[in-house]
Amino acid sequence: MNSTEQATERQSAIRRLLDHDITYSFFRSKVTVIAGIVTLIYFIATLFAPIIAPYDPFDLSTVDLLDSQIPPAWMANGDPRFVLGTDDQGRDLFSAILYGSRVSISVGFVSVAFAATLGIFLGLVSGYFGGRIDAVIMRIAEVQLTFPAILIALLIDGVARGVFGELDREQYAFWILAFAIGLSFWVQYARTVRASTLVEKNKEYVQAARVIGIPSLVIMVRHVLPNVLGPVLVIATINLALAIVLEATLSFLGVGVPATQPSLGTLIRIGNNFLFSGEWWIAIFPGLVLAVLVLAVNLLGDWLRDALNPKLR
Amino acid sequence: MSVLDIKNLEVTFPHRRGDFVASKEVNLSVEPGEILGIVGESGAGKSTIGNAVIGLLEAPGHVSAGEIFLDGNRIDNLDGKMMRRLRGRRIGMIFQDPLTSLDPLQTIEFQLVETIQYHLSLSADEAHKRAVDLLDQVGIPDPEIRVGQYPHQFSGGMRQRVVIALALCAEPEVVIADEPTTALDVSIQAQILELMKSLCRDRQVAMILITHDMGVIANMADHVAVMYHGRVVEHGVTEQVLGSPEHPYTKSLIGAVPRPNIKVNRFPVVNYIEKAGVPTKNIDIATHWLGEAIRHDKLDGPLLSLKDIGIRFQTRSSIFPSRRLWLDAAKNVSFDIEQGETFGLVGESGSGKSTIARLITGLHDPAAGTIYFAGENLTALTKKADILALRRQMQMIFQDPFSSLNARMRVKDIVAEPIRFHGLTDNKTETRQVVADLLDHVGLGAKAGEKYPHEFSGGQRQRISIARALATRPRFLICDEPTSALDVSIQAQILNLLKDLQDELGLTMLFISHDLAVMRQMCNRIGVMRQGVLCEVADTETLFKTPEHTYTQQLLSLMPNMDLLARDIDSTDRHPLENLPN
Amino acid sequence: MITFILRRVMQAFVVMLVVALLAFTMFRYVGDPINQMVGVETSAEQKEALRDRLGLNDPIVEQFFHFIADAAQFDFGVSYQFKQPVSELILTRMPATLELSLVSAFLALAIGIPMGVYTGLKREAWLSKIFLTVSLIGISLPTFFIGILLIFIFSVNLQWLPSFGRGEVVTLWGSWTTGLLTESGLKAIILPSITLGLFQMTLIMRLVRAEMLEVIRTDYIKFARARGLPDRSVHFRHALKNTLVPVITITGLQLGSIIAFAIITETVFQWPGMGLLFLQAVQNVDIPIMAAYLLLTAFLFIIINLVVDILYFVIDPRLRVERSGL
Repeated sequence: MNSTEQATERQSAIRRLLDHDITYSFFRSKVTVIAGIVTLIYFIATLFAPIIAPYDPFDLSTVDLLDSQIPPAWMANGDPRFVLGTDDQGRDLFSAILYGSRVSISVGFVSVAFAATLGIFLGLVSGYFGGRIDAVIMRIAEVQLTFPAILIALLIDGVARGVFGELDREQYAFWILAFAIGLSFWVQYARTVRASTLVEKNKEYVQAARVIGIPSLVIMVRHVLPNVLGPVLVIATINLALAIVLEATLSFLGVGVPATQPSLGTLIRIGNNFLFSGEWWIAIFPGLVLAVLVLAVNLLGDWLRDALNPKLR
Repeated sequence: MSVLDIKNLEVTFPHRRGDFVASKEVNLSVEPGEILGIVGESGAGKSTIGNAVIGLLEAPGHVSAGEIFLDGNRIDNLDGKMMRRLRGRRIGMIFQDPLTSLDPLQTIEFQLVETIQYHLSLSADEAHKRAVDLLDQVGIPDPEIRVGQYPHQFSGGMRQRVVIALALCAEPEVVIADEPTTALDVSIQAQILELMKSLCRDRQVAMILITHDMGVIANMADHVAVMYHGRVVEHGVTEQVLGSPEHPYTKSLIGAVPRPNIKVNRFPVVNYIEKAGVPTKNIDIATHWLGEAIRHDKLDGPLLSLKDIGIRFQTRSSIFPSRRLWLDAAKNVSFDIEQGETFGLVGESGSGKSTIARLITGLHDPAAGTIYFAGENLTALTKKADILALRRQMQMIFQDPFSSLNARMRVKDIVAEPIRFHGLTDNKTETRQVVADLLDHVGLGAKAGEKYPHEFSGGQRQRISIARALATRPRFLICDEPTSALDVSIQAQILNLLKDLQDELGLTMLFISHDLAVMRQMCNRIGVMRQGVLCEVADTETLFKTPEHTYTQQLLSLMPNMDLLARDIDSTDRHPLENLPN
Repeated sequence: MITFILRRVMQAFVVMLVVALLAFTMFRYVGDPINQMVGVETSAEQKEALRDRLGLNDPIVEQFFHFIADAAQFDFGVSYQFKQPVSELILTRMPATLELSLVSAFLALAIGIPMGVYTGLKREAWLSKIFLTVSLIGISLPTFFIGILLIFIFSVNLQWLPSFGRGEVVTLWGSWTTGLLTESGLKAIILPSITLGLFQMTLIMRLVRAEMLEVIRTDYIKFARARGLPDRSVHFRHALKNTLVPVITITGLQLGSIIAFAIITETVFQWPGMGLLFLQAVQNVDIPIMAAYLLLTAFLFIIINLVVDILYFVIDPRLRVERSGL
C-alpha cells in the first residue's frame, strides 16, 4: 500500500467515525454535547489545577488567617482576590475547589480502574469456565451484593484504621479509599461480563476457534474479551459518577481523605459547620461543583448506554 | 367482491441518510375464504404490508401513499381508537414466534376471555364457553383443563394453535399470518398449515399469508404475489405464477428452490439480490498451498468411522442421583464416511444431529463409543500435539453467519488465525498471499480482507466462514445447517460453491440439515436421526425412492409438494440487475 | 415451592455464617481487643488474666462457636468507647433508624413506581421529560448534599423545619421510642426522610421505566395490540405485571441499601440512630459495634431477600409450576 492510499484510507476511517451511529447520536442530543464539554472542562481544569488556581491551598505561607470566611467577591464585604470567598482558615475557596476536584476525580478513576480490572477478570473466568469456579465467584458476588457499597467501603476503612493506625492511615488514605470504593463495585462488572461471556461463549465464532484448536485462554482474551467490553464501558462511566459520589460521601463522613489533602467532600464537611452562622458558601460551592460534575458524567453514561443498546437504535 | 383492497400502497421509513421506502406501488386484494400468499426474500418488504394493513407499523414508518379498504371502507387513515376497534375484531394477526407471542404471566383463559369480551358483548360464562370451544376447534385436547393453564405449559406447536385461536376469537374477516410456521419443525408445520387452511375455508376468512417459503405457498395459497425490493413484481393464480413464471426475478427464484424430487448438478443462480462471486484468479490446485489435502494418500478404510457413540446431558441436577434427569442426545450411533463422499444427517430439531458434529470436532466428549479418523482412534489419543494434528484436518461450517465470525476482527485476521496458529506457512508474506488466494477462491476477492464482518451480507459471511474452514487445509468438512439462515437464492450460491470446492479439493463432507430437498442435491448417502437414534442409513436415491424406516417415510410424506413449480427454468436466462423495471 | 424456600433458607444460613466469620475475624484480629478494653496502667498479668477470662486463649474454632452462640442470643460484647453492652446501645438506637428507613422507603415506592410507569408509557410527554430531568438531578446529587441544601433552605433561611434530632419522642410497649406520634417528631422526620428517600425514588423510577420500555417491545405486547385490546389492558394487565419481577428484585436490594444510606442522613441531621453509632464506631475503631452492625444489617438484608424470593412465586407462574410439578 503506498502513502496516498494510506492517506485516503485514514481519511475514510475518520469519515466513517464521524458518520457512525454513535457519533451521530452524540451530536444529535444537545444535552449530551453540553455534558461532554463540561466533563472535558473538569478534566482539563483539574489536570492543570496548579497552573489555573490563583493560590496553592496547601502552601501555608500564602494563607492568612485574617482572610478567613470572606464571602464571594460579588457580595458585600467580598474581596476581589477571592472569587468564591475563603474558608475558615483563610484559604481561597476557588483554588481549594480546583485541588479538591483533582483528588475526587483521581480517586474516582483509580477505583473504577481497580473495580473494572478485578470484575472483568473474575467475570470472564466465571462465565467461560463455569462449574465450580463460577459457583464460588458468583456466590461471593451475591453475598457482597446484599451489602450496599457505602457499607462495604466504611467497613474496609474501619478495618484499615485498626490495621494501620491513625498516622499511617493518613499516609495511605488515598489508596485505601480507592481500594475500598473499587472493592465495593467489582460485582457489577463481574456479573455483567459473566452474562455477556455466557452469551458469547455459545456463539459460533467461539466454537469455530475451538474447532481450529485454539486454547481456552487465548480464546478468552482474543475473542471473548473484545466482544464483552461494550456494556463494561457503560458501567464504568456510570460507576465513575458513583465512585466520585461515594468518595465525597466518605470524606464528608470524615473517613475519607484527610483534611490535609481535602477533596470536595472534605470541603463540604468543613463548610457544613458554618452553615448556620451564615457562611453558606463554604459548603454550597464545593457541593454545586460536585453535583455538576456527577450530573455531567451521568448524562454521558446515559447516552452511552442508549447508543450502545442495539435494541434502541 | 373482495374484503380487503390495497391500492397503490407505499410505506416509508424516514432515516437521516434519506428515507427508506419499504414497499411501493403495491396493489393487492383478497376475497373471503381465499388465501393470498406474499412471497419474497428478506428485505423484500412483505411484512411491512401486513403491518400497514393492521395499522401497527413501527414508528417512524408510515403509509406515505395509497389506500387500504376493508369491505369498501377506507381504513389506512383511521385514528387510533377506530383502528383499535378493527384490530382483532375485523382483522386478526398471527405472528412468527409462538414462544414469545403469549403473555407468560397470564393464563390462556385470561387472554382469550379478555379479547372476546372486549370485542363481543358476551357474559363471563359465555366468553369462557367460547374460549373452550375455540381451543377445541384449533385442535387442543382437553380444552376444559388446558384453558386454565399458562403458556409455558404448552409446546411450541400447541402455542401456535393458541395464537391462532386468539387471532380468530372475535371472528375477524381478514387474518394476516406473518411467517406463521417458520419457527416450527416440519411435522408440526404441516399440521398448523392444514389447520389454518381449513379454518380459513370453513369460516370464509380472507387470509394473507406472508412467507419466504415457496413450498408453503405452493401448498396453501390460491393467489400469490412475488415481492422484490418493495414491489410486487408478479401477481396471479398460484399455479400460473409458480408453474410458468414470467418475470425474470420469479423465474430465477423458482429455479433456485431445491426440489425433493429431482437431483440437479448445480443450481441455476439468481443474480438479483447479490451477485454470485466467482474466483477472479485461477490457481493450480495440484501445486498450490490449498491443494495439500488432495495429495493425501488414499486410505484403505473409511475416513471417519463412528462406533456405538453415545452422549447424554443432564437436564436436572440434584444431590440425589435418583432425582437427576438425563437426555440421551445420541445413543449407539454408528456410521462410516468414505473418503471423498458427502454423508448427510437429517432430522428435526433435538434429534441429535448437531451433537454428532460437535462430538466429531471435539466440542463435546462422547460418554461411550469410539471415533476413528483416518484410521486413528480419536477418543484414545492423549498427546496434545497428536490431537491437534488430527483436528486440523477436520473443520466445520456453522449455521448462523451472523454469530460465526468475530465482529471485532478484520476478515483477513479471521482467515489467517488458523494458519498462524497451526504454523502452516513459512512466513508472513506467504500467509498474506494464502489468505488473499482463499478469499478470492470463495468468490469474495482479496480486497475483502481489509473489512470487518458487519460490512458483509449473510451469504458473503458464509463464504468467509468457508474460507476460514479451508485455511487449515482440511480433508474433512462438517457443514452444520450451512444455509438454513440464508435466502433461497443465496443458498443456491453457497451450495454450488461447496460442491465446486469438494470437487477441486477432494473434500469429504458431513452435511447436516433438516431440509430433505437440499440433502438430495448434496449427499451421496443419508442417515436419518430421531431423538438421538440413527434410524436408517441409505444411498440418497434409495432413501428417497424406497424408505424403509417408518420415520423416514413420515418425514418424506411431510415434504411440501413442489410439483407446481416450473421444472425447467432456463439457467442461461440471467438478466442483470439493470434490466429490472424500476 | 417448599423445597425452593427451604433451599433459600439454607443458603441464607450459609451467608450468615460467612458474614459471622468476617465479623469474628474483624473482632479477633483487627487490633488487640484487650488493649482496647483496659487502661494503660494495667499490668501484663492482669491483661493475661482478662484474656483467659474472656476465652481469648481458647482454640480459634471454639472461640468462633462462642461468638456465634453469643450473637444468636443478641450478645455482641462490650463497646470499647462507651464501655456498655453493644446490644443495649443498638436497641436504644434501632427504632430511630427503622422509622426513618420505613418512611423513606414508603415515599420512594409510592412516588417512584407511578412516575416510572408514566415515563415509560408516555415517552414523549413533557411531564415525562420533567420527571426524567428531575430524576437525573436526583441521582447526581449526593445524599449528604441534598440534606445540606434542604437544611440550608428550610431550616436556616425559612426556619420552617428543624435541622437536627428526632424531636419529642414517646415510648411505646416499654422499649420502642417513636417520633411519629408527636408534632415535633413528625416535623423532624420530614427533611431526613426526603433526603434518604429521594435517591431511592429516582433509582426506582428509572428502573421501572427501563423495564417498561423493554416489555413494551416484546412480541406478546405487539400481539395484544394486534388483537385490538385497549391501552389500559395492554399497559397494566400485561406490561406492568411483566415488569414486576425485575422491579421487585431491585427494589428489595434498594430497601436494604436504605438502611445503609441512613448512615449519611443520620450524620447530616444528627439523627440518633444506629447509623450514627456505626459511624462513630468506624472513626474510633470500636470493633464490637462494627461487628454487631454488620451482622444485624446482614440479617435484615437476608430477610428482605427471602421475602423477595417468595414474592416471585406469587407473580411468576413459570417458577410455581416448574418447582412444584417436580
